[in-house]
Amino acid sequence: MTTTSGVHEATDPTTIPTDAQKGRRTITPRTVLRYVLLVLLGLIFVSPLIFMIVTSFKTRGEAAGFPPTWIPDPFSTDAYTSILNARGTPVLRWFTNSLIAALANSALVVTTAAMAAYALARMEFRGRGLIFGLIIGTLFVPPVILVIPNYLIVGELRWLNTLAAVIVPTAASAFGVFFLRQFFLAIPEELEEAARLDGASPLQIFVKLVLPLSRPALATLALLALLTNWNDFLWPVYVLFSPEMQTLPAGLSTLQSANAVRYDLLMAGAVIASVPVLILFVFLQRFIIEGVSRSGLKG
Amino acid sequence: MSTTRVAAPGDTVDAVKKDQRAPRRGVAKHGKVTPWLFLAPYLVLFGAFVILPVLLGFWISLHRWDYTLPNKPFVGFRNYEQLFDSSSRQFEAFWQSMQATGIFTAASVPLLMVLPLLVALVMNQKFPGRNLFRAVYFAPYVLGVAVVAVLWRYLLDANIGLVNYYLGLLGLPDRTAWTTSLPAAWVALVGVTVWWTLGYNSVIYLAALQDIPKELYEAARVDGANKWQQFWNVTMPGLRPVLAFILMITILASANMFGQSYLITQGGPGRETRTAIYQIAETGLRNYQMGSAAAMSYVLTAFLMVLSVAVFWLFRERKTR
Repeated sequence: MTTTSGVHEATDPTTIPTDAQKGRRTITPRTVLRYVLLVLLGLIFVSPLIFMIVTSFKTRGEAAGFPPTWIPDPFSTDAYTSILNARGTPVLRWFTNSLIAALANSALVVTTAAMAAYALARMEFRGRGLIFGLIIGTLFVPPVILVIPNYLIVGELRWLNTLAAVIVPTAASAFGVFFLRQFFLAIPEELEEAARLDGASPLQIFVKLVLPLSRPALATLALLALLTNWNDFLWPVYVLFSPEMQTLPAGLSTLQSANAVRYDLLMAGAVIASVPVLILFVFLQRFIIEGVSRSGLKG
Repeated sequence: MSTTRVAAPGDTVDAVKKDQRAPRRGVAKHGKVTPWLFLAPYLVLFGAFVILPVLLGFWISLHRWDYTLPNKPFVGFRNYEQLFDSSSRQFEAFWQSMQATGIFTAASVPLLMVLPLLVALVMNQKFPGRNLFRAVYFAPYVLGVAVVAVLWRYLLDANIGLVNYYLGLLGLPDRTAWTTSLPAAWVALVGVTVWWTLGYNSVIYLAALQDIPKELYEAARVDGANKWQQFWNVTMPGLRPVLAFILMITILASANMFGQSYLITQGGPGRETRTAIYQIAETGLRNYQMGSAAAMSYVLTAFLMVLSVAVFWLFRERKTR
């Protein structure tokens, strides 16, 4: 998949070189064509993001002007100062809310899923198959069916319009249990047996041996949970109704209804909502993409 | 393969399959309650916010359940009957939203099956810069639907948007009202969704492509198969499980489309792009007709289950092939 994928492609003199391998040695029209296509496609994916950032540094007039410009003239941070201080759209508060919710939800997902997955991977008890089956079964339950009843349950708990509503109900991750269980099963049992003979309790084995060995898997799950929660839209829109309680995605919706064509403000809000995840993506891309490609292997 | 590393790129499907063997039986390693203590935190959340809601939702759907009223009279299957009674108030709005979801799903699923596969086939070759391009194509997916939708509503603005501007430069029609007219609104919603999620499906395809043993291609080449024949006789059969998986998750995701419509077209023009999820959320959580909304969500789920069964049937293992 990345640079380490050389297992099958190792240069074996007996194999016929593929077109790609030939192409690395000489520049053929085919190689040129490929790169032209790749770059064009890349522009389609990247240029909207660049334009979003560019527009957030334009003045109100330039953002609403025509034709669109790619370099702000003059360079202006008005959009940011104006939304950061606005009363009806407290963007800084949304940012804090999103951060708290995403971190708390991610921690809850990883902790509960890791504990449950360990029991399901390594312990023997009646009903294990049933519980695992039930958890996996819910992977196929469309989330729409949970929306109305969960609203009532959250209301019953007095959590409506509080961050608990966006932290707790989505924390039971069936994917997390499935993903970590697979990983735990791959750890050689001999390690745990040795620890057990040394008198370690199941909790000690789990915390001191299994979790440290599973760091990459835990990081992948934590990241995916973080991204999912940071970006969640429908649920926060309906359960967080007062402006100061909203998360960034719900807030963007509020910002849009308050400033329908103030694209400078909207783009500044969108940049604030994207920068943290884009930074995470740039530095931890490997974990995120690996987590996603892993999710396909269960099919 | 070292077992202490996971999530390492380049892991093959064999490595994962090996992981699936059952744990070995050993001597008593833990007390009787220990497993339940480990499971307890998860099961509390799972019970309260997954299992209970599935049951409670059905219970709600059997009542005239208005969140703001004290009485929630039992009405049997009346909520469901109304959804199928063309003279009822809910009928028109519900089926229009189901139709919107159907149009969106039918238009986006084929694109999200084919385009990511093409991208993955290109990315499956070795060339310098491959990881950079993969990251670039995947990048929009890490942004949430809210950012994507707010951004594209600007780009799609009929008067000052980038899309119409560049269409004009190319000499194409440049006055399209992408968010307020049909069928342009559907083109916009599908296009934005493809832009947003193409990378996700590509990454899954790519992982599957890399799991197809190279020996199979060599054997096919020795037998004189050309590239096209190799694609149909080696690549496609090798991708079958993942095709079923991607088809499944893409149908489910498309059928759950909400944010794009909510923020880009506001369900318009009229209610033409108001999807089923949108309708369910508005009925239940804005108008507080939760009984009716719960019934709608069960009807939608029934549709999705029939589709899932159809997908599994379509991709089942066939003996003769």
